[in-house]
Amino acid sequence: MPEARTDSYRGAVRDALALAMRADANVILMGEDIGEAGGVFKQTEGLFAEFGAARVIDTPISESGAFGIAVGAAMTGLRPVFEVMFGDFITLVMDQLVNQAAKVHYMSAGAMRAPLVLRTAVGIGASLGPQHSQSLHAWAAHVPGLKVVLPADPADAKGLMMAAIDDDNPVVFIEDRNLYTLKGPVPEGPYRVPFGQAAVKRPGRDLSVIATGRMVSIALAAAERAAAQGIEAEIVDPRTLVPLDVATLVRSVQKTGRALVVDGGARAFGAGAEIAATLAEEAFDWLDAPVRRLGAADLPVPFNANLESLILPDARGLAQAMIALVRG
Amino acid sequence: MNAAAATPAQPEAEAAPYLALLGQMMRIRAFEEQARRLFASGQVPGLLHLCSGQEAMAVGVCSALRPTDVIASNHRGHGHCLAKGADPARLMAEILGCASGYGLGRGGSMHVFDPANGNIGTNGIVGGGIPLAAGAALSAQRRGTDGVAAGFFGDGALNQGLLFEVLNMAAIWRLPVLFVCENNGYGEFTAIETVTAGKSMIARGQVFDIPAEHVDGMDVLAVRAAAERAVARARAGEGPSFIVGTTYRYGGHHAGDAQDYKDKVEAEAWQKKDPIPRLARHLIERGLASAAHIDALGKEVEAAIEEAVKAAKAAAPPTASDLVRHLYA
Ligand SMILES: Cc1ncc(C[n+]2csc(CCOP(=O)(O)OP(=O)(O)O)c2C)c(N)n1
Repeated sequence: MPEARTDSYRGAVRDALALAMRADANVILMGEDIGEAGGVFKQTEGLFAEFGAARVIDTPISESGAFGIAVGAAMTGLRPVFEVMFGDFITLVMDQLVNQAAKVHYMSAGAMRAPLVLRTAVGIGASLGPQHSQSLHAWAAHVPGLKVVLPADPADAKGLMMAAIDDDNPVVFIEDRNLYTLKGPVPEGPYRVPFGQAAVKRPGRDLSVIATGRMVSIALAAAERAAAQGIEAEIVDPRTLVPLDVATLVRSVQKTGRALVVDGGARAFGAGAEIAATLAEEAFDWLDAPVRRLGAADLPVPFNANLESLILPDARGLAQAMIALVRG
Repeated sequence: MNAAAATPAQPEAEAAPYLALLGQMMRIRAFEEQARRLFASGQVPGLLHLCSGQEAMAVGVCSALRPTDVIASNHRGHGHCLAKGADPARLMAEILGCASGYGLGRGGSMHVFDPANGNIGTNGIVGGGIPLAAGAALSAQRRGTDGVAAGFFGDGALNQGLLFEVLNMAAIWRLPVLFVCENNGYGEFTAIETVTAGKSMIARGQVFDIPAEHVDGMDVLAVRAAAERAVARARAGEGPSFIVGTTYRYGGHHAGDAQDYKDKVEAEAWQKKDPIPRLARHLIERGLASAAHIDALGKEVEAAIEEAVKAAKAAAPPTASDLVRHLYA
């Protein structure tokens, strides 16, 4: 690994975009307000100045059409990175994503591909209300032909973004706004975090906590609380939901005998349900207790901050769940 | 006219491009007729949308394009595929669900991709190909080629919001793209007038300052001329064009459609405008080809399609191992 410096999650994503654009003239950015304005959350700041309007393309507020154009461009030689401003808005690009991009390689028997990245920002906790707070990553993960990435820290955000841009398939890249200011060591220069490789972010012997995206930070904080009670949680971050590194998850459960799955999307029919079911199937013989699953409440995310704070498990609640799972 | 005009070889050279258009339309007609028969005898699985009657649109537009130019087609796309260079045997194999088809028989008629000939797909989603064509145009423009793209869609897609979004972007970015609407009067079983507001279809392009024109979609020469104007503008960096061709599908929405919603008189009137005999008459009147020559061309084309169909029918089905191939690149 090259030398690391401290960077934010936001800066790490931006760094990856800049490196990929310098390396390949076919990488372009598309999205609303991403040009001179630098993006609503400043993720593309400076890129317009470096690469110009031909490669950092401000689109009108026409998600469906603009993303469809990105798909057509991807099919014919470009590698677009398309920003959907809020995660909730991927509903508007679903036909292009699901019926066009995801299926074209299969339908064409490999003669065509759609190498593009759809990046979007989700995040509960800023009083943005029900239409700006939901994460629909499980929708994307449900579509064969898509890859789904949820980086949890700055180093992964950069390496996964570089891998996503390299990938010849449509990749849905879910950033969490709550992580944008999270700082961490980020290796200098280009590097890739390969898809389908989970990372053990904290080793532990008593239970496996499989956490995705922002829930990794919350799980790490919860693990400290549980450790104070003598419970050592192993935190495993799948990093990519599709492809899912089942082997690493199972190995962790073989060691600990217990599994708690924590995902930031609505709990019912969510990514956590898929992981829990997979562990029940693949690791049953090693489980000393039923797999436990936590997630966002099955509700629209409310505006009022007090109510909103009840939607996701916090570190305290998560620590309690860890302890309860081990103590039975 | 140059001096060569006086030489006897000249009429042949002059006739060649017209005969190419005629032969291409005859080929598509023969292909669709074979497909219809195969469907009637229960050999075509699923839905089959035939384009007989609409050949002049596909042939006129594609004849103005280069092999490297791109088209995006729709659910009624066999004509577009063939006009852009598809191998009829592989196309029919795909329609029959055979492994030698363009998608290993896993796509079918509505999902045919032939990128080697610049065809990025027929499409099962009404309007779905429109942004793909514009995206191919964006790609050509940003990669600095002088490539052009054309998106084919039916009148039904005129009422998809997606079209308006894409027209707007094509105009602001001056994309080298042709929006080609084939107005055959119906979307499935519904007459276009009953679901479409506004006096003029081309106004939908004009509102974005996109040059737009109506053409007689049963006249391949008129379609080609309009497409050539649009392609010249696109290559010159002058941006998109919008073409609405008035045409007619002789068959139903899909093979097997009883067509109760159609008027017999109307259908007969359209048959009189058939683009194939129309071009043939034109060639004979201008002394560019004899009736016998045209007859022979028709037979030759039909025989070639019959051969292709024979090959497709003899093709093997995909195997179980083909099921899981190509999910990811
Ligand atoms: C988004 C979408 N809606 C509905 C359909 C079902 N459908 C298939 S073809 C068709 C009619 C399309 O009419 P038009 O675009 O005029 O083309 P034509 O069939 O007349 O060639 C419909 C409604 C579909 N495939 N996709």
